[in-house]
Amino acid sequence: MANVLVFTELHDGHVKPVTLEILGKLAGQSADVAVIGDIAADQVAELAKHGAQNVHKIKGANLDKYSPEGYANALADFIKSKSYDYVFGGATSVGKDLLPRLATKFDAGLASDVTNFTMDGGTFAGTRPFFSGKCLAKVEITGPKPHFISIRPNALGMTPNPTAGAGAAADAAGNAGEIRAMIKEIVKAASTKTDLTEANIIVTGGRAMKNAENFAILNTMADVLGATVGASRAAVDSGFAPHAMQVGQTGKTVAPSLYIACGVSGAIQHLAGMRTSKVIVAINTDPDAPIFTKADYGIVGDLFTIVPIMTEEFKKLLGK
Amino acid sequence: MNIFVCVKQVPDTETKITPTSDGSFIETASIKWIMNPYDEFAVEQALLIKTSNPAANVTVVRVGSVKDTEALRTAMAMGADDAALVEAGDSLDSYSIAKALKGAIEKTGKKPDIILAGKQAIDDDALQVPQILAQMLNLPSVSVIVGFELNGTTVKVKREVEGGALEVYEVNTPVVLACNKGLNTPRYASLPGIMKAKKKPMAQYSLADVGVSDADRRVKYSQFKLPPEKPAGKKFDATDAAKQKEVVAQVVSLLRTEAKVI
Repeated sequence: MANVLVFTELHDGHVKPVTLEILGKLAGQSADVAVIGDIAADQVAELAKHGAQNVHKIKGANLDKYSPEGYANALADFIKSKSYDYVFGGATSVGKDLLPRLATKFDAGLASDVTNFTMDGGTFAGTRPFFSGKCLAKVEITGPKPHFISIRPNALGMTPNPTAGAGAAADAAGNAGEIRAMIKEIVKAASTKTDLTEANIIVTGGRAMKNAENFAILNTMADVLGATVGASRAAVDSGFAPHAMQVGQTGKTVAPSLYIACGVSGAIQHLAGMRTSKVIVAINTDPDAPIFTKADYGIVGDLFTIVPIMTEEFKKLLGK
Repeated sequence: MNIFVCVKQVPDTETKITPTSDGSFIETASIKWIMNPYDEFAVEQALLIKTSNPAANVTVVRVGSVKDTEALRTAMAMGADDAALVEAGDSLDSYSIAKALKGAIEKTGKKPDIILAGKQAIDDDALQVPQILAQMLNLPSVSVIVGFELNGTTVKVKREVEGGALEVYEVNTPVVLACNKGLNTPRYASLPGIMKAKKKPMAQYSLADVGVSDADRRVKYSQFKLPPEKPAGKKFDATDAAKQKEVVAQVVSLLRTEAKVI
């Protein structure tokens, strides 16, 4: 059995779902959770339900907002005070930025963006995609401990009946140390939707959307489904959508439960970024479009007529 | 001012990937190599800084195979002044790459003011090297930047986070910055640029020269394989206007009853 620490961020006071995915998968290990700052009792209960033994609240000056150095310094001190074999975190914006720096403070290895793993005999072995998922490889970590692992959101899935942990919450003193790169300001995004990488449902528009205004029909469908809207590289490069919305090898790799591709031809670099979606629906006028090779449900037809009909059907089904 | 740009050479995004028969990596013999697309934004940003600071020197550094030096030649054709190449295999882990980059930067004898890199390389998609390099050099870093302003020795950068929100950082040089698409529009190399690039100096080192050995490997990759193919899905014809509603209703219904995702 390994001693494991799972670092979690809070989003609007809530733990990220990926943290719960990780905890569920760590059943059989001794798993603690660390959070920077405070965390509400109901969130501690949620962590406990999924297997957290201890919840460490690391508090100190200059830790009220994220900084790569402040978080890395405070977490490194805390980890050194315990004896963890492994430190897990989500491959989120913060996780991707923070964990390489944190691991290097221990001269330790980080297996990043892992999509599945085992802990046989208390030893980590994982699988991760390469070339945006065009192929997969086994990943193992060597060298000094603790070993670090970041897990791609939505990849593990939730464990259906997780084994609960004690969920004992306690404060720990955190020292942010010297912070040279500091956030001065946060510019909120126009959209308050879940990020593509964490979305459960994604509706994507391709080059066939023709312009930015036409994305309105996708937004309407997304609102009905509680989905996030994405775009293909062709659509982004044509100026129909910002890069933050791009799905594919030079955009975001996504793994939602449902992916609805509208007017996306399915270039190899797009397929690489969305092929691990659980269910794929494709709408395209070209019956030979490569996207249909990956679609569970393909609809040959014009998206401009199909999407509004589909939106109405979703409304009916969901009672909206 | 000394600007360093870390670039990687990766298979073209259109490349079909084939694992080797022993699963140790992928077949590389017939691959078309390109500069990692995110690194182009890093090179461009370095050249933009040089435009307003003509005395600045831009060095591109790469760790990887020497079969093809496309990425470094492209960067120099775009306008970088010189290059350093550390010869290594194509599936090195991030820790070893970062350590080799650090070694190569130190070999130049120039003290870095700004180190730029792409936010990720589209081969291993590890998103680690810039942050590891920053930690190894004990420098601050900001990743996934989409905005850059330099005032004297202060850099103001915008970092894109989930959902497209932006964190605005202010940090003094020296600093490591990892660039995202949207930061700028990379220039194309001009023909005279390409000719000039051939004469620009390119230092070449072994991993041992820059202090990296097998003992530096922290992450081992093996058993490369193609992902499992999905079974063929169902395809519906909705080109006939009279049948569209029926077909769409059927698919939506299947999403609940069969796929159970709604």
